[in-house]
Amino acid sequence: MSDVCLPEDKLSLKDSLTVRGINRRKFLKFCSTMVATLALPPKYVAQVATALSNVKRPILVWLEFSDCAGNSESMLRATSPSIAEMVLDLLSLEYHEVLMAGSGKYADAVLQRVMRENDGKYIAVVEGAIPLADGGVYCTIGGRTAIDIATQVCKGALATIAVGACAWDGGIVRANPNPTGGVGVEEAVPGIKVVNLGGCPHNPANTAAVLTHYLTFNEMPALDRYSRPLFAYGRVIHDQCERRAHYDAGRFVQEWGDEGHRRGWCLYKMGCKGPQATYNCPTVRWNDATSWPVKSGHGCISCASPRFWDTRSPFYNRIPDVAGFGVDVPVSEIGWALTGAVTAATLAHGIGQAIRTRFRPPQEATAETEADVSLTGSS
Amino acid sequence: MARVVIDPVTRIEGHLRIEAQVDGGYVADAWSSGTMFRGIELILKGRDPREAWIWAQRICGVCTTVHALASVRSVENALNVEVPDNARIVRNLIAASQNVQDHVIHFYHLHALDWVDVTSALKADPGKTSQIAESISPWPKSSRNYFKGVQDKVNALVTRQQLSLFTSGYWGHPAYQLPPEVNLLAVAHYLEALDFQRQFIRIHAVLGGKNPHLQTYLVGGMTTTVDPNEPEAVINPERIGLLRDLVTQAQAFVEQVYLPDVLAIAGFYREWFQLGAGLGNFLGYGDYPAGSIDDMSRFYFPRGIVMKCDLSKVYPLDPMQVTESVAHAWYEYSGGDNAPKHPWRGETNPKYSGPKPPYEFLDVEAKYSWLKAPRYDGTPMEVGPLARVAIAYASGHPQVKPAVDATLKKLNAPPAALFSTLGRVAARAIESQLMAAQMTTWVDQLENNMSRGNLAIHNGDMWNPDSWPKNARGAGFHEAPRGSLGHWVEIENKQIKNYQAVVPTTWNAGPRDEKGQRGAYEVSLLKTPVADPERPLEILRTVHSFDPCMGCAVHVMDIRGHSIKKLSMV
Repeated sequence: MSDVCLPEDKLSLKDSLTVRGINRRKFLKFCSTMVATLALPPKYVAQVATALSNVKRPILVWLEFSDCAGNSESMLRATSPSIAEMVLDLLSLEYHEVLMAGSGKYADAVLQRVMRENDGKYIAVVEGAIPLADGGVYCTIGGRTAIDIATQVCKGALATIAVGACAWDGGIVRANPNPTGGVGVEEAVPGIKVVNLGGCPHNPANTAAVLTHYLTFNEMPALDRYSRPLFAYGRVIHDQCERRAHYDAGRFVQEWGDEGHRRGWCLYKMGCKGPQATYNCPTVRWNDATSWPVKSGHGCISCASPRFWDTRSPFYNRIPDVAGFGVDVPVSEIGWALTGAVTAATLAHGIGQAIRTRFRPPQEATAETEADVSLTGSS
Repeated sequence: MARVVIDPVTRIEGHLRIEAQVDGGYVADAWSSGTMFRGIELILKGRDPREAWIWAQRICGVCTTVHALASVRSVENALNVEVPDNARIVRNLIAASQNVQDHVIHFYHLHALDWVDVTSALKADPGKTSQIAESISPWPKSSRNYFKGVQDKVNALVTRQQLSLFTSGYWGHPAYQLPPEVNLLAVAHYLEALDFQRQFIRIHAVLGGKNPHLQTYLVGGMTTTVDPNEPEAVINPERIGLLRDLVTQAQAFVEQVYLPDVLAIAGFYREWFQLGAGLGNFLGYGDYPAGSIDDMSRFYFPRGIVMKCDLSKVYPLDPMQVTESVAHAWYEYSGGDNAPKHPWRGETNPKYSGPKPPYEFLDVEAKYSWLKAPRYDGTPMEVGPLARVAIAYASGHPQVKPAVDATLKKLNAPPAALFSTLGRVAARAIESQLMAAQMTTWVDQLENNMSRGNLAIHNGDMWNPDSWPKNARGAGFHEAPRGSLGHWVEIENKQIKNYQAVVPTTWNAGPRDEKGQRGAYEVSLLKTPVADPERPLEILRTVHSFDPCMGCAVHVMDIRGHSIKKLSMV
């Protein structure tokens, strides 16, 4: 139906970069950034560069369901690589409703062609929750329900990447009392291979790093029990926080705008959920690494944690019962006590394993396994 | 007669479906349908009003910040909290930068491909493109070699059949009228705008921690601490310098790229100043306070109403006249679906009665959308940049009026040309120009406050919920990039009891009401020419001129707490 019908992508990334006039130095800089984000040792830069020079660009389709498009917007803000580099060099992004030229039947024809010509070879990105209640009438596209489309597209994909909290575990759509029966894609379409990139929104640096890892090692990076990549979700925010020294020294913001607040002291007493949260937000940061919420004076809301809307709110209440609070206790212990199994899983995996570990089958009852999730009481 | 269905409408936020009856090459009737409902209304009930903004912001990630701002304003209104001057300025800066960012992305990445044929750019003479670029703007990236480079990139995509996002466009459609050289110019700036938006929005990272979904609002102020002597303060002299740099970049891009491109492209589509007029009724709550939020006389954009395209009179606006109808929306009202309700008495009881998916057509005689139909005093209204510009122009605004007149002069068009598809495009560009300029003033004010030792960023008088009355209710308004936004909150026993939002795209994209009156999209599509019903490019032009945002539009934030009833599928 479209004027230009795309066959399977034939250009390697290197060819594509050459075509677009990207020089070797810039390419290596990109590889270095990706290796750093993946928390791999610098020696992997050469391997990444070699792999990316020869690999065929993967075809990617981006689906949106019950969403706010915040994850698409976040992708637009990516800096290294930029969105232009990503969609014109790293990938062939053929379906993405926010950006694609075609509408209606022309758009759908692209999706059907990708599935037909690249069965089992394309990557599906999912943004937004999938509402299952009442036959799925709460989200339809082209007259079809979200679950209908997700089932067809994700089952035919090589892998599915769930970006943002909603696609991972239902996010805000699923927050109590979950009026539309929203769930994440891993739960909605059982049996598919999923990498979950939680966060509200996802950090595009991590998403790019996952794709780089895949292109380099031909497999997805090591994942935790929630199918989240360990390089991004394996460390407690509190342990990486630039305000940690203030916590250790007992220097806390007491009121918004007070002297401690102006001097960048610890936000624990203002409700910061950093000790409960795992994410690489403090190191990767946002918008060309300009800042992150704690740096801008607000506590962490733990947006990359399971079912965080229910499990981490009220957001301005202090975390109760923090062991050793206010005295000189190694904070790593505090973080561990609070985050439990998520953190423990981190230790079990080393960098070597980050390369070896293959896809695991999806976890059953994705989020419910963590004790604090049962607080929500929603289904 | 042909029934044209566009679903999904792409290059928007969210899930929009347009059905149109095309008769003799023109749209005879049109129906606008939102096809997603999330129901956050029930989710917010019982939660802490101080964090409502964190939840409300997730109504939309494209218009991030706007629901956060309306939400904190509504709670501050309920609790009678005045924010410090620094917080007012930071909020203005965040909102204005969101406005500029949103408008640039809309024009280049969401709307331009309705006017620009990417494949035609291959036929361009880059030397001529360079001449055109230099004749309309001093923007430095204008050499022949630069445009040749862009053309080579596009050529590589096309000849190797790797159009990526550009695949599936209506390329070669007879309604594309730009010469190849202007198409090439626009494609180059499409790519430059991708770079611009990610760099400029660092201003939100500074003032909000991240974008999308900023995280620095507070009921009573902001967390963006101000201190001239603290390196860790969010706003200090170094950060003022960064803000100034970013604002300067935005001004340059808007003045030298965005506005000249709009004028250049509009010049080839002059008939679109006659098409897509729509309702001609415009509503704006007004925004960008210079002092107290209650002092509306000092808002940058004035509050008011313009009726029937009459720029000689601005009527006063009373938010109590806002209602929503569900006569053609998939909800039930307790008093009957034909009795519209003001937000204070609003309800959200979803009751889907549309066709069972998968379906081919909606039953437009019955209910056909998840959007309600907002009305002002029973009348459908358009909101958005054109509404703001029209109201300010009719008010004789000292900055808006000359900016509009200058643009109209360049287009050799009368003020009536504003009421059209391209008028919306032009209004958006004019507004970006004004907001980019105004941001400099606010950075100056912030620096001035800081240097004078005014460091207050939060008013904590009502932070402790123990200080609250048992019952309180308030309304918060904001002029978001896409138009007038209102949040209404009711608080009881320190918890949210009721919460309503009436959102810009609901005004514009809503369905018919109980009297059968069409919404803004539906009216504006009437008489639109459609050269090829299989490729309804012209319909997209007018729909996109409103910059649809469906995530916002579906009435998501009524938390009165009516239980969701089980649906019976038809």
